[in-house]
Amino acid sequence: MAKSLPFVRYDNVQKSYDGESLVVKNLNLDIEKGEFVTMLGPSGSGKTTCLMMLAGFETATHGDILLDGKPINNIPPHRRGIGMVFQNYALFPHMTVNENLAFPLKVRKMDKAETEAKVKRALEMVQMEAFGDRKPAQLSGGQQQRIALARALVFEPELVLMDEPLGALDKQLREHMQYEIKHIHESLGVTVVYVTHDQSEALTMSNRIAVFNDGVVQQLADPVTLYERPDNAFVAQFIGENNTLVGKVTSTKAGKVDVDLGKHGHVEAVKVVEVAKGGQTTLSIRPERVAFEAKAPKGKMSLPAKVLEMIYLGDHIRCRMSVAGNDEFIAKIPNSNKTITLAPGKDGFVSWNIDDCRALDYS
Amino acid sequence: MSDTRILAADGTPLKKKLAQSMFRTKLRAFGLVCPLLALIISAFVLPILFMLSAAVYDDSYSSLMPESTTAMQEWDGESPITEAMAAAMVSDLIRARENKDIGKVANRVNREYSGATSLFKSTSRSAKKFEPPYLEALLAKDKDWNDKELWQGIKIASNTYTLGYIANAIDMRAKATGGFEPQDELRQIHITLFIRTIEISFIVTVACLLLGYPVAYLMANLPLRTSNLLLILVLMPFWTSLLVRTTAWIAMLQGQGVMNDLFVAFGVANDEDRFSLIYNKTGTLIAMTHIMLPFMIMPLYSVMKTISPAYVRAAKSMGATNWTAFWKVYFPQSVPGIGAGSLLVFILAIGYYITPALVGGQDGQMISNIIDFHMRKSLNWNLAAALGFVLLVFVLFFFWIYDRVVGIDNMKLG
Repeated sequence: MAKSLPFVRYDNVQKSYDGESLVVKNLNLDIEKGEFVTMLGPSGSGKTTCLMMLAGFETATHGDILLDGKPINNIPPHRRGIGMVFQNYALFPHMTVNENLAFPLKVRKMDKAETEAKVKRALEMVQMEAFGDRKPAQLSGGQQQRIALARALVFEPELVLMDEPLGALDKQLREHMQYEIKHIHESLGVTVVYVTHDQSEALTMSNRIAVFNDGVVQQLADPVTLYERPDNAFVAQFIGENNTLVGKVTSTKAGKVDVDLGKHGHVEAVKVVEVAKGGQTTLSIRPERVAFEAKAPKGKMSLPAKVLEMIYLGDHIRCRMSVAGNDEFIAKIPNSNKTITLAPGKDGFVSWNIDDCRALDYS
Repeated sequence: MSDTRILAADGTPLKKKLAQSMFRTKLRAFGLVCPLLALIISAFVLPILFMLSAAVYDDSYSSLMPESTTAMQEWDGESPITEAMAAAMVSDLIRARENKDIGKVANRVNREYSGATSLFKSTSRSAKKFEPPYLEALLAKDKDWNDKELWQGIKIASNTYTLGYIANAIDMRAKATGGFEPQDELRQIHITLFIRTIEISFIVTVACLLLGYPVAYLMANLPLRTSNLLLILVLMPFWTSLLVRTTAWIAMLQGQGVMNDLFVAFGVANDEDRFSLIYNKTGTLIAMTHIMLPFMIMPLYSVMKTISPAYVRAAKSMGATNWTAFWKVYFPQSVPGIGAGSLLVFILAIGYYITPALVGGQDGQMISNIIDFHMRKSLNWNLAAALGFVLLVFVLFFFWIYDRVVGIDNMKLG
């Protein structure tokens, strides 16, 4: 029985705080052993609540959470054996780094020598051996982050939860820590459930990402699928940058739809969601898949466009233009040797491959 | 050193330049606190210093009886009474009577020698008619003038600067020959009172901590709306007069009061022997604990509010039970609040006065009630000042202990 089940399973989980509205609506989510799963979503989307239910600090209003095949709804947090990294680290300010790390071992009544050895090993893992006698207040944000990570791992839990652990760090340190967490995950093989609202963090580290919005998982997929083939307009909008055009479906055939953009013409797009003929749809095109040319190229979809603004960003140029009535249509044009003679006010055509344009739900 | 000093752009030393640029800010800050500072100095610091000086300074004898004072200072306190001492005494008595100061002098000596009041007054009335030798004249007037203890008392009273009052405050008394000896057993009341004061303050502090900690914890961990309501309830006693609250306790605790009626109704006590909950130490303890409770809860609450719930959660996620998480993680972080609250309550309690006076009865009186007695009834301000001084020393001593044990930097009021 236990074998056939995943390591963590959310089974029809619902959560309400006030008895009037659901913060989490019918969540089903399976996490395999050793996976790095990220719950990604804007604030208030229910992702932290889901994590807290797994940790045991919130109880599910309905449904079961299964850990290693056993329902854990009635197990108090301290008996779940789940490591956790908190948003502001929650390092105990009255204890030294060593005492902080020894805490989970002490409450497990581990003997002194073993405790010391494990604390030392955990500090080595995060390259903080020299800081054992300091108090948390004497450490920088990044150092505190490492200690919090080491503390969540020192008692060798099989599951580690991280609640926006990098939120308080500056951009450079955050990126560095992302790689470090990823490497620790790979070398230890622990299962990690990670909560963040930062999509690049999610894309960098995760095996799979669950995109939350409004208490519902919008899409659960690996980073590539999520970026390349978003299931709906919210995911397309939330992960990466996205151009949207709204039109009416005129005909559907073999995985493709024809979309009428009114007076701006019509385009063909990949069918993702079922939209009835005559229904409205949102077309999604990634800015880096768009080219700007003087003439409409053959074998590609194209629409007339007018350049409105150019922003030089070093490795690429962001070009804002007006396409089919949308003045916020962005194209990322690589900064290459080819001299691109683009200037605001210039008319031309934007073009893309049919497969890069996805017809999603109208929202 | 001086040549390594950093100079500002115009060549003046940077420190000086900084001081100049900060001068206006400092002046403004001083201006803002100035009215309060003046008030504190004139209405608090100076009166206290004046009062404390009364503990060691008393010229009520030496200023009114100058000749006798000189004679007494020359006397060693043991050798026989001389004619010179008697002559000086008679001359001073005549002058004191003419100036109508004899009452003050008599009172002063009476503190050292009971019965001196009437002796001085009656002697001074007939002093004018005395003929030399004055010593015999005095003895003829009253045999008490032959008592060496009287003259020793006079010698003590003639000291302008004296540790006698402070000695009295700790149940000792000065000897005429110098040094100190224990007070008569019947007059030894101050040490007992000091010990009782400290004991009551300590019990009240502990009771406030035990009662206040859970309330503060609840307030710090409830949603804001509920905790604000609780806060108002905690502060509500401050809206009522202290006198009203104390009187309410009398209604609650007296023999035929609410509590005793309830005890009788529930069969806890017999109607014939009801509990004596008031006009004794129990009454003082109950009423003072109630009155001091907000002073404990407020610092506790303000410290606890800053303890993030994430700490306890983190502890639990690492396998700590509720109790371990509280005791090892939450409690140590609340210690600054405990320190601040306890110190506040203890120091307020040690000088507390109205409540013990109203509900304390005989064995619920505290040292401040005795100070009050000497200020208003016996008019022995010097002893009152000395008792106040000893009380201040106690407070400073406990402050020092606190600093050693907890550390004053570890205290947080919010």
